[in-house]
Order: sequence, then structure tokens, then C-alpha cells
Amino acid sequence: MEKVLELAKKAAEEAEVFLVSSQETPVGFEANRLKRLETRESISLSLRIIKEGRVGFAATTKLSDPKALVQMAVETAQFGVEARFALPSRQEYPQVEVYDPEVESIHVEDMVELGNSLMAKVRDHTPELVCEAGVTKNRGRVRILNSRGGEANYNKSFFAIGIEGTLIRDTDMLFVGEMDSSCRPITDLTALTGTVTQQIERARNTASISSAELPVVFTPHGVLSAFLAPLALAFNGKMVVQGASPLAGSQGKQLFDTRLSLWDDATIDYRPASRLCDDEGMPSQKTALIEKGMVANFLYDLQTAALAGARSTGSGNRARGSMPSPSVSALIIEEGDTPFEEMVRDIKEGLVVEQLIGAEQGNVLGGEFSGNVLLGYKVERGEIVGRVKDTMVSGNIYNALKELTAIGNEAKWIGGILRTPAIYCPRLAVASKG
Amino acid sequence: MTERMRHQISQALKKQLADYIEIRIEEREASRIQYRGRELEEVGRNTSLGGNVRALINGGWGFVSFNELDGLREKVELAVRQARLVGKEVSSFAPVAPVVEVVEPEAGKHPTTIPLTQKKSLLDEYNEIIWSTPKVQTSVISYGDAAKKVIFANSEGSYIEQTKMDISTRIAVVARENGDVQQASLSLGSNGDFGFMQGLHQQVKEAAQRAVALLSAPHFKGGEYTIVLDPILAGVFTHEAFGHLSESDFVYENDRLKEIMVLGRRFGGEHLNIVDGAAIPGLRGSYKYDDEGVTSTKTYLIREGVLVGRLHSRETATKMGEMPTGNARALDYRHPPIVRMTNTFIEPGSVSFEEMVGDIKEGVYVKNWYGGMTSMEMFTFSAGEAYMIRNGKIEELLRPVVLSGNVFVTLENIDAIGNDLEMNQGGGCGKGAQSPLPVSNGSPHIRMRKCLVGGR
Repeated sequence: MEKVLELAKKAAEEAEVFLVSSQETPVGFEANRLKRLETRESISLSLRIIKEGRVGFAATTKLSDPKALVQMAVETAQFGVEARFALPSRQEYPQVEVYDPEVESIHVEDMVELGNSLMAKVRDHTPELVCEAGVTKNRGRVRILNSRGGEANYNKSFFAIGIEGTLIRDTDMLFVGEMDSSCRPITDLTALTGTVTQQIERARNTASISSAELPVVFTPHGVLSAFLAPLALAFNGKMVVQGASPLAGSQGKQLFDTRLSLWDDATIDYRPASRLCDDEGMPSQKTALIEKGMVANFLYDLQTAALAGARSTGSGNRARGSMPSPSVSALIIEEGDTPFEEMVRDIKEGLVVEQLIGAEQGNVLGGEFSGNVLLGYKVERGEIVGRVKDTMVSGNIYNALKELTAIGNEAKWIGGILRTPAIYCPRLAVASKG
Repeated sequence: MTERMRHQISQALKKQLADYIEIRIEEREASRIQYRGRELEEVGRNTSLGGNVRALINGGWGFVSFNELDGLREKVELAVRQARLVGKEVSSFAPVAPVVEVVEPEAGKHPTTIPLTQKKSLLDEYNEIIWSTPKVQTSVISYGDAAKKVIFANSEGSYIEQTKMDISTRIAVVARENGDVQQASLSLGSNGDFGFMQGLHQQVKEAAQRAVALLSAPHFKGGEYTIVLDPILAGVFTHEAFGHLSESDFVYENDRLKEIMVLGRRFGGEHLNIVDGAAIPGLRGSYKYDDEGVTSTKTYLIREGVLVGRLHSRETATKMGEMPTGNARALDYRHPPIVRMTNTFIEPGSVSFEEMVGDIKEGVYVKNWYGGMTSMEMFTFSAGEAYMIRNGKIEELLRPVVLSGNVFVTLENIDAIGNDLEMNQGGGCGKGAQSPLPVSNGSPHIRMRKCLVGGR
């Protein structure tokens, strides 16, 4: 790394080297039994330079040829974007725990055992369920070094376990599932199995629903599949700077329900999306995005912050082998005060949405969501009566989240990137094949 | 690197105790250009070298992937140990004759040799067209190309070298008025020929105008409608609604699914023929050998409305008592191959577009795509453009719509198949963690009765 930085400093005014490596051990189960063991090792080195005021970028997995890497970066710099930022010098980082050596020392045999016992517990409830499962551990390492003396270096551990079950009756297919992840080992399977068996129970019968504007409750999973993508795009500083986000210019405006608060937080100990600094070496922080319905802040990396006349929120992320770009770490929606059962009791005819497919394929940038209800239940006179099929829900987050009937009192982590309670919308368009 | 590599691979495979072992080594070179708004936001180059070993013992798999190629023999041993720990049954793996071949890349196709300046000046022209359209808020143009050389060798004596190229681009226009944001886009690709990138001026102009027009387009009331799909969207429909269900890794260990997907089951009318095949040349999903060293084929999935075939890896083929089809594909060296589509399409019929639309009283004409997704039984796919059809005439532009269906009834509801096959080479396919994989799909215009359209 030092060698690359040194070579790059000779070729350009500023340089930054980013090294990420990981060692992952996935254990995979198929059709209710162990199917494969894997070891995946990877390493990637990227170089960003500022030459004559322009950004150049190159990445490689070949650590043995630093000259070639520098040359590629120099070649791209002649076309590169004008650098509006300065690389950070040495920074103070918050105390964020993301490494637990316990994860590394878990034996593969124990992971196999854990996966088997998860499938066994769920199949105790429903023996005909055909399960796929996965248990994964990972150790990652990140190093950042730049020409202004900035430096970061941390280890991260990761553990995840998930299950997906398929239940088939004639041509009717029911998919249930749940996953959990952490920087620490996961050993308690109660919550995972509880969610899956509850999904099976609620879906035991099928029910038909009217094509109409109906009250809709999104479970935490449902919130993820309908709202996460449009929210993540709307608060992305890049979209805001370009004016492509519908929220551009709306800072300080009351656009959402007054009970709705949303923030981004990369500083919670042992959460998979946490870290002490972002991929540009800027300190991680907690950033309010919606405060009691008011648009508070947007997420920026160095370049977009400079373009917006704002400060980086420590949101510079690099997808494998690419330039940093702002993105969410973990989004958190504040709990309200209504129990889920109470929301259901309130509904005469309506829908509970657990999972949508295709909701992220329409005009997500414009806030639209429109998806097929892969898993969702009809509510009739205050009770869940069965699973709906061939049903679509459509809406726009700027209408749907403007006035809510209620927000759930129990938040839950979904997929390591969202912590949310259930959200109850008064009216959304439901279309169904009767 | 080749000679030395070949020697190392054969040394690493010597005297290993497993039912089957394969080694894949990949070297890749890629470039990427992205404009956001008027400015070139990102230009970068990327090189990678990596590989993997996969071993099969008593039905259990071990898999090791890496960037560091040294110590290949130890990596094989690790994969073998893993497989032994898993395997408790009997391996099922379709026999395939060993192949030793160096597949030469097609001449004149090497996108990575075209200078960045040339790629950039073309993209500049398109961006200029977008920005000369009033009410455009911003644009996003992304272009990526890659060339990779893949060495495949297995314990049965196969040794194959293939070079694969891929180019893809997406040109998206964002229009905005007050708080309303609308988009229109163009997605294209090829398996190495840069030519398709040229002469897109008119298409880009239309996309820009469409994004602006969507701002004043009316919302659409959801429900069941008769719809006509253009070849691009019908291709996405074919891929989502039926293609994924044909991938046998989903079916082969589930007895209930095997009953549902029994060969001979009727899915549609006699006019319906659906095909997948990497052996069809010149498309993004084309290749000579798959990632298990199996020669590519062209497979009929549906012939005259009846299920007649499906897509296989060597393992799924044996387990279902069928022949391998050369559909085992891995996104890259970090992943084991799984069953994937290649080039999937509905074969042309005989109905003209005018006849198809002519007798529709009220319906929707849907074109172009945003995306699609399936859960096997139920699927969705979203249209980039939608127009009302009234009394046989295409009328006003509507807001984009998402369509949804159930595969066991939707294919039967196709009541007209056009005479105008076109292939869609944009986008890519995602399955598991492996995305985006280059594929193509296509169809003639088709008409579908009683399709569920989302709207508000």
C-alpha cells in the first residue's frame, strides 16, 4: 500500500489507497440437508488520484503490479470529474465496536449444527416445508491511506443465518423466510423460528380481497420491501445535488407525518452496517433525515458534500472496486405507540403486507412503489383471515407517508440495514384478481 | 501465463480423491464511464485475477475461491476436505466427454482496445441531445465494457480456454416539475461489438421527450386489462414468467415441484413456443462451453404450448434423468456455477400488430422495461412506456405501470403472437447473489387477456 501511495504521489498531486480484504465461510443447505461448504478469500486494492484538479480511478486484485495500477488511474484522470474536495487528514474516529474474535473461532461443524437445528425447528411445526438455509461467517479488513496523512485501519466480523421455506399445494406456492445478521455470533434461534412459523400460520388459508382503496399495514419486512429503496434514493446527496430527488430543496419542510422520524446511523456497536469511518476515511456519525415529519438532512460523501456546500456525513461507500459514492449505512425509523394487534383490530377490510416483489422496479426515484404481494394477509373485521394472492399494492411514498394512521410500538432489524416498526397507512390502491 | 498455469492446474489435480474436481481461473479487464448530469462523474478502470476450485464427494460440494493463485494444490485439498465433510449420499453428475480446446475470440471485437476518448465523445453527443430538451432535470448515462479470459479444467481431463466480452449501457433521462419526478431510459448491450453504441441519436431524443411527456401523463386505474406487449417487454416477461421456472435447480429436489413441472404439461396455446440457448450465436448470453465444460445447446422449453424441456447443470440433469443443456453459469470466479438462462425467447407467430390491436375495445399497450422479478409462481415486470388502447387505436401516454401475473394462468391467456421477433440485449439477470449476468431475451409482439395491472 505504502508503495502504491508513494508511486502515485509522484504522478499526481493527491492520492488515496483503499485496501479491502475478506475471508468468508458460507455453509449452504438445500432441500432440508447440508449441501456445500465454502471458503471465499478476496482482496481488492483501489487507487484514487487528483491530477491537474481531476479525479482518476483504478482498481485491481493484482497486488503485485502497483505501476500498472498507477498508470491506469493516470490515464482516467485526463477525463475525470473536477475534484471539488480535499482528502481528509488524520481524523478522530468514534468508538464503534464491529469486531468480535468469537466469530472467527466458531467451528464449521457448529455452523452446520446451527443450520440443521434451525431447519428442524421450523419443520417440527410444518414437516412438508422444503427448506434452504445458510450460515455464514466473515472476517473483513479495511485500510485507507492518503497523501494528506489520513489513515484508517479496522477489522470487522460478520455472522449471518437465514432460512427460506417453500410449501406447495397444487400450483400454489408459499414462500416463508427470515434472516438475522450481526458482528457477533448468533446462537438463539427463537426469534427466527417464531417469525417463520407465524408466517405459515397466518398464510394457512387464502382469502380474496377487493380491488379498492384500502387500509394497509406494512410489517417491518413490508416496510423494507415498499419504502426502503425510494427513501434511500431520495436522501442520497448525489440525487439531491442533481435535483433528481423529489426532496431537493425541501430541507426544513414538513413533508411527512409528524410522528415519523428517520435517521441513518453507522455507529451502533456490532451492527453489520456500522464502522468507525466511511470508505473515504471520514468519521461515522448518526444523521437525522426526517425529524418529526420534517426533512432534516441528506447523506453526502466528500465530493457531493462539496457540490452541495455541506459537510460529508461519513456516507462515502465503495461497492466492490468502484469510486466512493454516498449511500445509507443503516436506516432507523423511530417507534410509535401502537401495538400491531391494535392496528389489525382497527381494520374492517384491509391488507397486511409482509413482502412485495417488483416494488423497486417502477419510478423509484419519483417515490413510486407498485408490487405484487408475495406474502400478505387479508384483514376482515379486525382479524387476519388468510393469505392474499394475485394482488398488487401501489402508491407513492410522498402521499403514503404524509398522513399515517399509526406507527408500531415494536421496531425490528431487517436485513441488517433497516430497523423499523410496522407502519399503518390509511388508504392505498389495491388491485386484485377476484 | 497460459502454459505455466496449465501445468500448475494439472499438478494440483493429480492424485486427488474426489468424485469430481474442477478449477476455474479468470483474468478480467474492464472500464466504466458514468455521466450524471452534464458532467462525467466517474471514469475508472479495473483489472482482476482470481480463481476457484470446486470438489464433489458423495453428493456434497466444497468450494474455495481466491485472488492469490499460489498454493493451488492446497486449495484443491481444502475443497476436497470440505466436500468430504458434507457428502453423505451418492454423487449424481451427468457424464460429459472431456474437451480440450482453446476457443479463439471473434476477430474485430475487443471493446477494451477502443480508446476512452472515442467512447467519451460518443456519450457526449448523446448527453447533448438530452440537455437540449426542455424540462429535463438531469441525466444518467452509464457505459461499461469487460473482456475476460476463463481457463477451465477438471479432473476428467477437460481443459478449455474461452474469452468472453460484454458491453452494456443505460441512458436515463430524469424530468422534473414541481415535486414530480419522471424517468425514461434506454438499455442496450452486446457480446463485444461496439457498433450498437453508434447512431442512437434518435432513440436518445425520444427517451428525453418521453420523460418530459410523462410529467403530464395521467395516472392509471389498476385492474385487469387486455394488454399488448412490445418485443422488448414481452422478452422480459418470458424471462421472468417462465424462464426462471425452467431452471431445474429450483425443481430437482422438490417432489411437489417435479409433479407441477412434469414434461407434457400444457402451459399455453398451440401457437406458443419458448426457447433458450447459448448455442444461438452473437447474443449476450451466447457461449461455446458453460462453466462446467458442457457444450452449449438450444433447448425448447415449450413447444406448441406444452412443457418439453428445462435448463440443466450436470447435477440437476442426472437427478432428473435428463440430458445436460449447458446452462451452468457462474457470474465470476467468486461463485460456483448455478443453472441460468442464456438467450430466451418466444418464437414468432403469424399475427400482425394491426390485427392484434384492432379488436381491443379497452386495453393497454406496454413497451420497454424498467425491470422484472419472479417468485416462480407469481411474477411482476414493469413497463417503461404505457399507452391506452381504445377501439383498436393506440391513444394517450400513461404513467409507467407494473404488470403482474401467475405463470400457471398467464401463458394460457396469451391469445396472439406476432410475426416480428426482436431480441433485447439490455440489462442483466440476477439470481442469488450472482448479478448482473449477461443474458438476452426476446419475443414478437404478443397480446394477453386479463392481465393484472397496478395503478392508482
